[in-house]
Amino acid sequence: MSDVTASHRWKIEKGLSGDFIFKAVTVLFAFSILVILMLMLYEMVSQSLPSLRKFGGHFMTGMDWDAVQEQFGALPFIYGSVISSVLALLLATPLAVGTALFITEIAPRRLGGFAASLVELLAAIPSVIYGLWGILIMTPWLQQTAQPLLQKYLGFLPFFQGPAYGVSMLAGVLILMIMVVPIITSITKEVLLAVPRSQREAAIALGATRWEMIRMAVLPYGKSGILGAVILGLGRAIGETMAVTMVIGNNPKISLSLFSPAYTMPSVIANEFAEASSPLHSAALMNIGLLLLVITLIINALARLLLWSMSRGAARGAKL
Amino acid sequence: MLKKISKSLLALAIVAAAAVAGQAHAETLINGAGATFPYPIYSKWFSEYAKVDPSVKFNYQSIGSGGGIKQITAQTVDFGASDAFLSDEQLKAAPGKLIHIPTVMGAVVVTYNIPGVPKGLKLKVEDVADIFLGKITKWNDPRIADDNPGVKLPNQPIVVVHRSDGSGTTNIFTDFLSGVSAEWTQKVGKGTSVKWPIGLGGKGNEGVAGQVKNTNYTIGYVELAYAFENKLPFATLKNKSGHWVEPSIKSTSAAAAAAVKHMPADYRISLVNQPGKDAYPIVGFTWLLVYEQQKDKVKGKKLVEFLHWELAKGQKMASALLYAPLPENVEKMVEKTIKTIKY
Repeated sequence: MSDVTASHRWKIEKGLSGDFIFKAVTVLFAFSILVILMLMLYEMVSQSLPSLRKFGGHFMTGMDWDAVQEQFGALPFIYGSVISSVLALLLATPLAVGTALFITEIAPRRLGGFAASLVELLAAIPSVIYGLWGILIMTPWLQQTAQPLLQKYLGFLPFFQGPAYGVSMLAGVLILMIMVVPIITSITKEVLLAVPRSQREAAIALGATRWEMIRMAVLPYGKSGILGAVILGLGRAIGETMAVTMVIGNNPKISLSLFSPAYTMPSVIANEFAEASSPLHSAALMNIGLLLLVITLIINALARLLLWSMSRGAARGAKL
Repeated sequence: MLKKISKSLLALAIVAAAAVAGQAHAETLINGAGATFPYPIYSKWFSEYAKVDPSVKFNYQSIGSGGGIKQITAQTVDFGASDAFLSDEQLKAAPGKLIHIPTVMGAVVVTYNIPGVPKGLKLKVEDVADIFLGKITKWNDPRIADDNPGVKLPNQPIVVVHRSDGSGTTNIFTDFLSGVSAEWTQKVGKGTSVKWPIGLGGKGNEGVAGQVKNTNYTIGYVELAYAFENKLPFATLKNKSGHWVEPSIKSTSAAAAAAVKHMPADYRISLVNQPGKDAYPIVGFTWLLVYEQQKDKVKGKKLVEFLHWELAKGQKMASALLYAPLPENVEKMVEKTIKTIKY
């Protein structure tokens, strides 16, 4: 008896030292991420110092971007990034949630699996391929077919005015939408699959139709997960560079019309950094990178706040 | 276990050290970085030169002129390359005296897409400037129509396409526009990326060419080599001496030949709008940047040997790759300059 305990203890002790090493390694890894982020932040701030000193807060409100006169204002880029990402998400979310619902709730298992693998295939396509497809196929179609139609029927709105070039804010929004749909769909699909069967069965037992079951039992349960998926989609949309650069027209102007060309923050960095030879120009581009990081952090924080308030609300609802 | 790992690590280190030592014995590695525009000819030269002198290996990274200038200034590479010459301020920032060595010349062509109008549309240089300023807005503007009798120009708005990425091509093109239009100089100026008054931005030569090809009634600018290879239509321009000149390798070299008389000793000269019957107006040098005082004796010697070879033999390979070789008298000047490099 005592023999068994002894050997047992010995084993546990060995496990403990393994535990200690494992713990130390994970702590090290976790902190290294933090250190990398801090170093990045430090490096970006120090590199953008000339621009921060010269323009300060005006950098965010300035409309002028002129490398020759060394005048830099980032507002058109901030506008382009935020508007293109938000509009893309507005279009992509219903599409993605609908697709995920079809895959998990409606389609026969085989068909659902097939559709899911197609969506995952979309997520694996490199962004430059989306860009090439955008510039060779989508923008000519926009220019010759879609934009004239929009102008004809919705031309009274300020959003669909001006000449149709094909490359435009509209093209940027559409390409971003196509790129974020697979991400939101895949994650939403997993979230919906995690909804317990009992939840669905209870709704059906109460006499709910399939739509009522989805609306009352499935969607509320997966709400926070779906929101998380949308936030991840936003992360991809706001940081996307290549595909957007190829179709958005790269013109730093703020215009209500979706037909006019626009510019995003990652695009201007990708376009100008390699050839920026004056120190202030490089610093201004770094400053845009810094702004992009800050905006991403703010969006993430807001999303966490939203998730937290939602889950608290849900918990209170459960108590009641 | 730990012993095993350390043993194998040791073995690996020995092998690696041996490999490095072996390599150092066999060949000198010379690193360079910079302009993307001359990359095809440079890589051709480096691979041909490997046959001439197998003991030296060149490694060239085409990261853009701006990056090349930064790296040679920081001395992280042995030579830099740029499509734009350095300003006095940039030269001062370098820790030693940097020499510009012109290697080849390139030209920029004005390309367009007007259904029914083939290549060879005639444009005065002032009209090109006013189109890019947004002052000439229709293709059938009398200023364009008068130069093209017999060509049916449509009553359509002109869509301007420019490069969105910073580039030596843009630098040459805006330098040219500044030379022909006072208004351009005042409103926009010249640089690798400028604040365009109008138009759409395409990324790279391929981005501009793609937008011009896909959209009717467009006008844009691309490198001569790119236009030739992709059979894009390009305009014949009336240069400052009043002659119509079609872009070609020959008319590009003619621009440099015209500039010989006032060629400065450091070759920091813009070749746009040179006088002469055959001189095409949108032309520029591309340069290698090397320190006059080389730090590494072996590398310095090898680099200078290569530069002599490039002038004697490499120049003849240029036109096959659609670059214009240096005119003979410039070649002779450069030969002397290379001799001033100390190691």
